[in-house]
Formats: sequence, C-alpha cells, structure tokens
Amino acid sequence: MNMPDCFTDIRSDTLLTHATIARENLLLGIEILKSSGYTLLLDITAIDYTLYPSFHPEPFALVYLLRSGDFTQAFSLKCYLPRDALTVETLTPHYPCADWLEREVYDQYGILFEGHPNPERILNHHQFIGHPLRKEYPITQAQPCSEAVDLMPQMRQRLLEKKIIFPDGEGGYTEPNKDLMFLNLGPSHPASHGTIRTFVALEGESIIAAVSEIGYLHRGFEKSCENHTYNQIIPYTDRLNYCSSLINNVAFAKAIEEMLGVTLPERGIYIRVLLIELSRILDHLICLAANLVDMGALTNFWYLFNPREDAYTFLSKLTGARLTNSYMRVGGMANDLYRGYESDLEFILRKIEKGVGDTLKLIEHNRIFLDRTQNVGIVTAQQALFYGFSGPNLRASGVQYDQRKNTPYYYYDRFEFDSPIGSVGDIYDRMTVRFAEIDQSIRIVRQCVAQMPGGAINVSNPAIILPQKQAVYTTIEGAMNQFKLIFEGVKVPRGEHYSSLEASNGELGFYVVSDGSGTPYKVKVKAPSFLHMAAYPSMIENEQLADAIINLGSLNIIAGEMDR
Amino acid sequence: MDMKNPATAVDVLGESIITTRVDAMVNWARESSLWPMIFGTACCAIEFMGVTASKYDLARFGAEAIRFSPRQADLMIVAGTITYKQGPVLKQIYDQMSEPKWVIAMGACASSGGFYDNYTTMQGIDTIIPVDVYVAGCPPRPEALLDAIIQIQGIISGNHHDKGLQTMCCNENACTPCDLVKAR
Ligand code: SF4
Repeated sequence: MNMPDCFTDIRSDTLLTHATIARENLLLGIEILKSSGYTLLLDITAIDYTLYPSFHPEPFALVYLLRSGDFTQAFSLKCYLPRDALTVETLTPHYPCADWLEREVYDQYGILFEGHPNPERILNHHQFIGHPLRKEYPITQAQPCSEAVDLMPQMRQRLLEKKIIFPDGEGGYTEPNKDLMFLNLGPSHPASHGTIRTFVALEGESIIAAVSEIGYLHRGFEKSCENHTYNQIIPYTDRLNYCSSLINNVAFAKAIEEMLGVTLPERGIYIRVLLIELSRILDHLICLAANLVDMGALTNFWYLFNPREDAYTFLSKLTGARLTNSYMRVGGMANDLYRGYESDLEFILRKIEKGVGDTLKLIEHNRIFLDRTQNVGIVTAQQALFYGFSGPNLRASGVQYDQRKNTPYYYYDRFEFDSPIGSVGDIYDRMTVRFAEIDQSIRIVRQCVAQMPGGAINVSNPAIILPQKQAVYTTIEGAMNQFKLIFEGVKVPRGEHYSSLEASNGELGFYVVSDGSGTPYKVKVKAPSFLHMAAYPSMIENEQLADAIINLGSLNIIAGEMDR
Repeated sequence: MDMKNPATAVDVLGESIITTRVDAMVNWARESSLWPMIFGTACCAIEFMGVTASKYDLARFGAEAIRFSPRQADLMIVAGTITYKQGPVLKQIYDQMSEPKWVIAMGACASSGGFYDNYTTMQGIDTIIPVDVYVAGCPPRPEALLDAIIQIQGIISGNHHDKGLQTMCCNENACTPCDLVKAR
C-alpha cells in the first residue's frame, strides 16, 4: 500500500510494517488502514518509555497491532501520548473486539479511551489502585482484595441495551419486563474451566443477558518478564497455555530469535515442529475430553486422557517435566532428542489414534451428542472475524486462516497436511475441527520423524547459547561465557518486534520491546483465548443455560493465557 | 444359650467381633472416603486430572468422589495460583465447607506464590485459610499429590506418626503418646 502522509517513521519487512502516527490523526490512520485491507485488530497495548535509555518524544505510546484481511501482513501503528494527556478515542465502533483490549490498556497503564462503553478494570481487581505495568509501579507491591466485585451495574447496562429495563426518570431503573433470575457461573465452577466468572440473567432456562469477568488468574506475566532475563522467561511462558507448554516456549523463543536475526539449524527447527504438533494434539485431547465431560460423556475422558498420560512419559524422558517442560531456549533448546525416541513416539501416536477412534465410535452417531452440539452456539464467519477469533475456533466458522498455511514458517510448506475448516461454526464444528486437526498433526509428526535431518540443534553463537559444560569447567573463556550469559542474559538489539505462530488455540503472538540489555523492556502476549472469551457473553445470550457450559468448553478458554 | 450375657456372646461369635471406640471408627470411615473439593485454577489442575485418571487412579484411596460443591466435600485441594482477586472467593468457599475439613495446598503457587513474586499473586494460601499439607512442585507429580492424600488420611486417623508426618505432632500432653513419641 502507499503510505499516506500522516504515517511517519515507517519500517517494513516481509510480514510486518511499523509506523508512527500523531495522536490527532489516530482515527484517520486507523480508517485508512482499515480501508486498505487491515480489517482485523490483533491487539492493543502501551509502552511506558520513562526508563528507556534512548530518546522518545513522549513518555507513553500506544501500539495497535492489525492484520490484513488476507492474513499475510501485520501492521504495528504507534501513537505517542504525553503524560498529562493520556486519552485517545476508543476504537470500539471500528473494531468491536477493541472493547476488552482497551480495558486492559486502561487497567495496566491508565490510558483512558474516550467513548468506551465500559471503562472498567479487567485483569486487576476493582479495589486495585494504580497501574501495575507503569515503570514506577514496584513489581512486588501487592494489593489484597477483600470482596468479589458486584457485576450488577454491568448487568444493568446490558439489560438497558437489550431494552429489558429502562431508566425511570429519577436516576433509577424500572423493573425488568421479564421474570428474571440472576445467577453466577463461576469463578469456582467445574464447568467454568478454572477461574472464569459469568453472570447471567435467566428467564427459565434461557439466558437473556450475560456479562463475564476475567482476571482471576492474572499472575503478572508481563511485569515478571520485565524483571527476568530472556531465558528466565521461558518457564513463565510454559504457564500461559499450560495444556501445550512447548508451543508457548517456541513462540517466545522464535520472537526473540527474529530480533537477534538468527535462525536455528534445520534439525533444531524439525524438533520444534515435531514438538509443536505433538503439543497441539495434547491440547486438543484435553479440550475435547473436558468438553465431553461437560456433556456428561465421562467414558471419553479416559479414552482421550490416557494417551496424554503416555505422552507425558515421553516428554519427561525428553525434557524432564511432564507438563511444564521449559525445553526451549533462545537460539535452540536444552538438549537433543534421545536415541530411540522414534519408537516411543510411534507408540504414543498409535495410542492417540486408538483413543480418538474409540471416542468417535461413541459419539459420531450418538443422538445426544449431535442434538446437543449441532446448530448450537453458532458463530458465523463474519462474526468470528469481528470478534477477533483465530485458530480452530475461527476455522470452525469456515475461515481459512492457519499461519502454517498462510505465512508458512519453520518449513511448514514442506509438510503435507490439511487445515480442516467447518461450515456452520457451531459447537459441533469447533469440536470436529479439533478432532480433524489431531489427525493432521499426527501426519506432520510422522513426516518430521521420517525427514529428521542430522546436525546441530542450536545456533552456534556464544553470545546466545551456553557453552558446553566441559568448557565451563576447564577453560576461563567457557566460565566467563557461562557467567555472562546467566547473569546478564542474551543481549537483544534495541527495537520493537511482533512475532506470532499458530498455537493450538490460534494466533499466539509476542510483542517485545528491547532496550538492548539482557532483560526485555516490555513483553505483551497476544493471547487467542482473551478475544475468544470477550465474545463469549454475547455468544450465549438467547441460548439455554446448559448450552452455555459446553459452549465455553468448545472455545477452549485457557485462563493462563487469557489472564496472563 | 444366654446371648444377653456378653461373655457368652464373645464365646459364640469369637473373632467376628471387633471392639473399638466410636471416634476411631468414624475417623476410619472418614479417611477411607474423602470427598475432595477441587479448587483448580491453573496448571496444577491439569496435573490433578492426571491423578484422577486411570494411571494414578485416586479411587484406590477412596477419594475419587470429586465434588465441586463445598457443602458436599471435606477435603479442599487448592490446585493452582491464587491471586488476590481470587482470594475472597477461596475464603468463601472454604467457609462453606462443613467441619471437619482439611486442606491440601498443591504446588508451589498455592503453597507460597511460587515463582510469581509480584503484585497480583497471593504469597501462599495459608495467609487466608489454614493448610494441613503442602505439596512441593510446579506442578507436583501425581505421586506427590497421592502422598499428600495419604498424609491427610494419617492426620484423620490420628496415626500420622506412622505416615511420615512426624513433625506435625510432638505434643505429648495433647494425645495419648504413640510409640514414636515414647521412643523419643
Ligand atoms: S505451582 Fe506451577 S504448575 Fe502449579 S499452578 Fe503454580 S505455576 Fe502452575
């Protein structure tokens, strides 16, 4: 596209364009981008430059990440804000998914969005004072919370929008024109997948209005990142989507490697692809198992979970841990595959095939399963894009967006596999797409094993990868190298970068700002579950209560990556 | 034969009678049928699923009747990170469990905040509710959680000296000293 004059400081490479825009032109710029094809909003975040070593015109900047409608290009638009005027106009009329994204920026940085429909905190609790991602906020300054927030004001807002209550003219509201019962689903509810709270207004069994509250598992990932070296962050990434830790490991390491300008040797990449696909299978297994349990089909849980248990055995043999593997490093991984891994892997794949096969035999023609899932919780393709969906949830609605196909990285163009899509976008499609993806990932894993090249697994750069232990113990250079890398971390050149890959839940991206030291200046995760959850309240309105439960399961919301 | 006479009754029924104290029997029943309430919030909850699944099979210890209603449970397993935002919820659910009740803090986060030493994570759930057994690990292996459940059973039956919890009770005046305490 031709850059209009309002964009300055333009830098672009094959997948990502950076530009800066003045605050007064922000909306204009967004409109230009939207009309020139950047129809998807990926993420909104802010940067606090107060401690940044080099000059920036203003202490704060907002960053909007957009993606083109053909899914190949990303755009990062930056807008500086002076400390005394931290307000911009909201993007919610242009991109509905901006709603929660802007709330998060407000919560974490204290930037106000004029005209936002619900300018409340989202991750931190309602009694919280201050904005934790500002550089002046000390990382350990805790603020206990004495009671859960009352969601009734938000609910009233929603009922007003739906014309169920009206202002009574005296500052209050009329009685609802329906016989409503209010109910909390969660945050501690077996079907709320941990820590999600949804407050619903019921008429009989139907949900008339719903509002969701998240942040119960906000464990300060992004602030912790600013206080650890790059390799120390790897274990934190494990715990974003803890059902497929290795994918998060790779996504983070890949982003940093791109900033460093290094690429792994072929074998390293093959191992990563192998583990990504195995993790994708494991993630889908647990999503489907839990979703079927929510439906009352307990037997399937054992069929699908037991192969996962076998995979744990393989992973602990390879990485030392069952679930939180922390196996990747910036520039490579902890160790090579062990001898004879092929047969272990094949054993697991067979078990998975059997488990999936047995499950499908039980549900494929099962009247209860079909009645409960087909044409329930429909998200059309257009809605899904509107909401900012990605991954299997988006593909279930019939949109062919899979980064492994659209912008192949890591030799994905060498592998033969399909990226299955749904046709209706109901719960059935979201589940069957995952079943089909398991098959495809098994294909990729088998191809990886068959084509596995020999050679090194890590980049051979002593400024990135730790030296051999032998060298550390016997040479002064080795000892110094180890010491510097551990204490100071891998030094990443100054700059800002966004990198993403196709994780099991969709586009998992990292927006990293480096100040040239061994610790990131800022890390923002673009987590697929966050936007999926933002859509959930409107998805379940006008549906049955029981369907809302399996609807949540079919979206596979993982609180770890949603709340971070 | 005069069955009302205890001496005769014992003669006739022999070893098919066991005499015990009521509380010992009640505790035996309690320890063998724990009903856990799983307060799962994060990664540890995934590992808890592993504990209930076939390979590790929590049912072997009589504790497989997982309840999500605090009113039906007597063992709370806090599996996952507890944030300050979650705190009031955890406290309320704990209060809703009826006595007697026990708590396991599963994993580093529940025990101490784990490696989330920051503004949002509670530095251990024992700052708001009492904890009986802490399980180390991030996440703990299933065997470690099973061990914790065995320890809880030990606490319930009063035999915790035998079950590895020597440090828990050493007050000789509080209970009848067991062999271990006597030996000390
Ligand atoms: S202890 Fe570790 S595995 Fe468990 S919830 Fe905390 S971070 Fe997750």
